[in-house]
Amino acid sequence: MMRSMETIAELRGVTRRFGKQTAVDGLDLSIPRSGVYALLGPNGAGKTTTINLMLGLMQADTGAASVLGRRPGEMDARRAIGAMLQVSGVPATLTVREHIEQFSGYYPRPLPFAEVIARAGLEGLEDRRFGKLSGGQKQRVLFALAICGDPELLFLDEPTVGLDVEARRRLWAVIRDLAAEGHTIVLTTHYLEEADALADRVGVLNHGRLVAEGTPAEIKARVGGRIIRCTTTLSQAALRALPGVRGLRRHSARVELAVDEAEPALREMLARDAALSDLEVLGIGLDDAFLSLTEAAW
Amino acid sequence: MVIGILGRETWGQFISVWRTPEFALPTLLFPAMFYVFFGLLFTMSRSMHMPTWLLATYGVFGIMGPALFGFGIGIAVEKGEGWLRLKRVAPVSPWVPLFARTVMAMLFALVVFVILASLGALFGDVRMPRLDWVLLAVTLTVGAVPFCAMGLAAGLWLSPQAAPAVMNIVYLPLAFLSGLWIPLMAFPTWMQQLAVVLPPYHLAAIALDVVGGKPAESVPLHITVLAAFTIVFLAIAALGWRRAQEA
Repeated sequence: MMRSMETIAELRGVTRRFGKQTAVDGLDLSIPRSGVYALLGPNGAGKTTTINLMLGLMQADTGAASVLGRRPGEMDARRAIGAMLQVSGVPATLTVREHIEQFSGYYPRPLPFAEVIARAGLEGLEDRRFGKLSGGQKQRVLFALAICGDPELLFLDEPTVGLDVEARRRLWAVIRDLAAEGHTIVLTTHYLEEADALADRVGVLNHGRLVAEGTPAEIKARVGGRIIRCTTTLSQAALRALPGVRGLRRHSARVELAVDEAEPALREMLARDAALSDLEVLGIGLDDAFLSLTEAAW
Repeated sequence: MVIGILGRETWGQFISVWRTPEFALPTLLFPAMFYVFFGLLFTMSRSMHMPTWLLATYGVFGIMGPALFGFGIGIAVEKGEGWLRLKRVAPVSPWVPLFARTVMAMLFALVVFVILASLGALFGDVRMPRLDWVLLAVTLTVGAVPFCAMGLAAGLWLSPQAAPAVMNIVYLPLAFLSGLWIPLMAFPTWMQQLAVVLPPYHLAAIALDVVGGKPAESVPLHITVLAAFTIVFLAIAALGWRRAQEA
């Protein structure tokens, strides 16, 4: 028997509109305590709005949100929360040290300064002014401000945007460490790879709805797969009967086939159509994956 | 702990502005420059002691700058960059940064006053009882508050691009029309009447009363008007804050 997981944050039937746009649409979401929860979705899926609702930066039009058993935005909730938001700038004339010390002062039990610097990878930049940092370094300062209060619950909104590959891997390692120490981390990303590398659970958002939820393996099984493009004389019915076919698009002889795995289908296609040409095999893009999740078939 | 937070926040505000020469220099130097030109070098009237009179009015002009620009532009920029959102998520009351910024504006006001007062005393033969010096310093420093409220309202309503332009457009005419550069008596009657609806006019009236330049009809009335202006601007700011939160 699996013990039901304790919930640290949740949304119940939350809808949030901006004018005519519905950013979050009747969303039910429950974040289990400890571990990494990734909110995955394309731009405009409602990821940032979801985070803002849990932080109390936005109010739900309908439905209810709670974090750590409190209303989002309450001071007691804020003391146990850290957040890295999509911020374009912070006061440029203060140094890294001044920023971190100021933020640490807000929290009841902040991390030691040296530890914040080490975790965020800011060694040697302590006395540099924020305005003189590179984009990646600025991003790390924002991460430092998020973790300096040693928060129980950490929200990271697109934390690796603008980071190079090495910096991204480094940040992933720090996030894993934090999770291993028992922190709960909610992060948004539009990279399946990032969700896969970090998350214990993945919620896939599209058009403000949760279209899939599960472990990274479960999500990958649903959104992974390959696209085969070719020109072939095989009939529609024959193509649909190939192993692992999820969907089919056809413009006269030009065919686009979504499959779980490319090889079994290809083997059969090549065996049955000697004239098959213009062959291409592509990884399924996340956008296609969302299509396959949101629409029964295409 | 609260004192520590307030102290760090205020120091951060002050040092942040201090390290922005394009803000700090004009706000400190313009009033001093104008005072030297119009108050000390070219005294227009013999009937009253111009260096003393203009110390009061340029003092008002001087304290408006840090308040209007520090709040108006500072808040608009921080709002635009998303920094205000990060502060709202952090476990700190919104009153803390607000307080820090107000103290910063008052500190700058005090620095401006000290510069003007030194110039006046050294080169303009401005002489006052010690208590009046202190009273003038307090009047001008506390007098920054209505302008902080005005800047706050502007900063919360304006975009970071619009804020500097609007503040500059407001700052100079407001000072001129309130009689801070040239005494109002030199203005046509309708302009003198217009000045009554402008906050700097009322602060200048109090400051002039302190230096004995021109006794105000009623200091309490001027204080009441300034308090009313402050409340109105704070109310406008509160609406802007609510709007900014929803965006």
